[in-house]
Amino acid sequence: MRGTVQPGAHPGTMSGSTRGPATVADGPARVAASVLKADAALLAHARAQRSRRERRIVLGLLGALVIVGAFSLAVGAYSLSVPDLLRTLAGQGTQSENFIVLSLRLPRLTLAVLVGVAFAISGAVFQTVLRNPLASPDIIGVTGGASAAAVFGMLVLGFGAVATSLAAFAGAVIVACVIYLLAWRGGVVGYRFVLIGVGVAFMVQGLLGYLLSRAARNDAQGALLWLVGSVSGARWQDISVVAVVLLVLLPIIRLLSGRLRALQLGDDLARSLGVDAERTRLVLLVIAVALAATATAAVGPLAFVAFVAAPIARRAVGSGGLDLIPTALIGALITTVADFAAQHVLPGQLELPAGIITGAIGAPYLLWLLATSNKTGKGA
Amino acid sequence: MTPSATPENAPELRAEGVSLGYDQSRIIENLDLEVIPGAITVIVGANASGKSTLLKGLARLLKPDAGQVTLGGRNIAALSGKKVATVVGLLPQQPVAPDGITVADLVGRGRYPHQGWFRQWSSTDDEIVATAMAATNTDQLVTRRLEDLSGGQRQRVWIAMALAQDPEILLLDEPTTFLDVTHQIEVLDLLLERNRECGTTVVMVLHDLNLAARYADHLVVMRAGRIVANGAPAETLTAEIVREAFDLEALITPDPVCGSPLVVPIGRFHGRAPTPQSPVIRHNPVII
Repeated sequence: MRGTVQPGAHPGTMSGSTRGPATVADGPARVAASVLKADAALLAHARAQRSRRERRIVLGLLGALVIVGAFSLAVGAYSLSVPDLLRTLAGQGTQSENFIVLSLRLPRLTLAVLVGVAFAISGAVFQTVLRNPLASPDIIGVTGGASAAAVFGMLVLGFGAVATSLAAFAGAVIVACVIYLLAWRGGVVGYRFVLIGVGVAFMVQGLLGYLLSRAARNDAQGALLWLVGSVSGARWQDISVVAVVLLVLLPIIRLLSGRLRALQLGDDLARSLGVDAERTRLVLLVIAVALAATATAAVGPLAFVAFVAAPIARRAVGSGGLDLIPTALIGALITTVADFAAQHVLPGQLELPAGIITGAIGAPYLLWLLATSNKTGKGA
Repeated sequence: MTPSATPENAPELRAEGVSLGYDQSRIIENLDLEVIPGAITVIVGANASGKSTLLKGLARLLKPDAGQVTLGGRNIAALSGKKVATVVGLLPQQPVAPDGITVADLVGRGRYPHQGWFRQWSSTDDEIVATAMAATNTDQLVTRRLEDLSGGQRQRVWIAMALAQDPEILLLDEPTTFLDVTHQIEVLDLLLERNRECGTTVVMVLHDLNLAARYADHLVVMRAGRIVANGAPAETLTAEIVREAFDLEALITPDPVCGSPLVVPIGRFHGRAPTPQSPVIRHNPVII
């Protein structure tokens, strides 16, 4: 064993290897054993350290989310003190407090959290499966497809709210299928998928522009929300749909995470480890599209949430895998902060759609990614 | 060391009349090969002679268009991928890794085929990973990130991952490419060590004929998707076969270090044939 014939090479094995070069008769086995033990312990230690670190980050993110949530519920045209807020949440509020907090602000906050999680996980799965930081449903036109379908439904077919959401879901799925089929050459490769997706995204934008330019001004105003996305006017039925989808799909992603970790090493190595690369990729992409489509159907395309959440989580946790919980929390944090800012950044009663804020956060990151990726050669 | 196969009970990996290719292009036609259990088999051949394709076929990465690959007498295509992965491992030529992955994480991913829905990570996995890292001298790199390592270190980490998979038959596609000569020898020595100590069957593609001849128990020479010669290096690496497989005139002499055949290429400008006055040189003004 190469590692065992270097006395003192390993800090954890000094006691076993300070005797100097092992004698042929009894040395090697004993030295090997001590190296082994120290190493297995070292691995376990490194893993424990990482999970402690991840737990700290998760707790920090949860704390931040609670604070932002409290602000979202308490601050506004009618602001509450913390005790008032707690009292209202416990069901002891006055009628007006109940209405403002429980009927107006709480659904909005809940929906912001849920779609943040859905977008973030969707983007994380896309980026990991396709091994490309640009592969995210908002960049490759999946959420754009939802917008276009929703706007088409609203303006041309005269759809109501529920039908428009269904159209948005269908639009995302159709665009994803088109990209997958166009990218298929006996298998799907990340960069081809992304390039075709970016192309499709432009086509979808063109279609959207055409639809809006033909629409009456009043209709266009309503359709505009489908272009940028907003969590205002959250309805409990939307919230329950997103919640159910998350409850079903997140555990499946968790179960597939071992396969995903193998898939990250390339198709050949994944297959050599016994993973059906193509099928695993397809299943995970279907799940990611379903997440993005559900979230977009509920609130429209919140730009860049899917795109930035996973890289931020990866940077914070520093692992090479899919950090499901930190990614979900960061997604939720981005959407809640963005929605809070959207409500309060402009003076007076003016309110922006949250998608404008997420876009303002995400665009500089995209530029930074494009500017730095060439240097390290790890970009698209 | 980890419990591993001895040559006697190692399952036989065999290609029986396989034809392999991608989409429409057929690379290998009707090829037979028996991988000798417990031995080091090295596949050599000119570029595009089908070496990598053959490895992929043997490892169940490519489905044969005709014929079959058998493992222990059973058609490998009918076995589950995970089951095959516990016996046969393949390290591809240019594996990719996600950004920021640590060495321990990467090596640990080799344990995937041994894990299941209910059998998650255990201390046995830790021990096998630790052994693989010690064997490849990567045990000081546990928490380092892969992208921060040198090429030689990185290749050893990949081999550690393949060893952590603990296959009885280990296939490697050009494990020494992009390494300097010191690290080439280091990698080949470590594979030889694994083979001699654990009885792991090794099949690898190499470009360097002399290293191939030195480390191979069994040499397979390929050209254009078929096997030109197959046997002990001393018998297979003759001047005629080198000419047939590589279109190269070469002198074969015993390696002064270990006696295996040493291939000394002749080329156009050296040796007895061309003189400085030969017209060939006048046609090549670039030569200084």
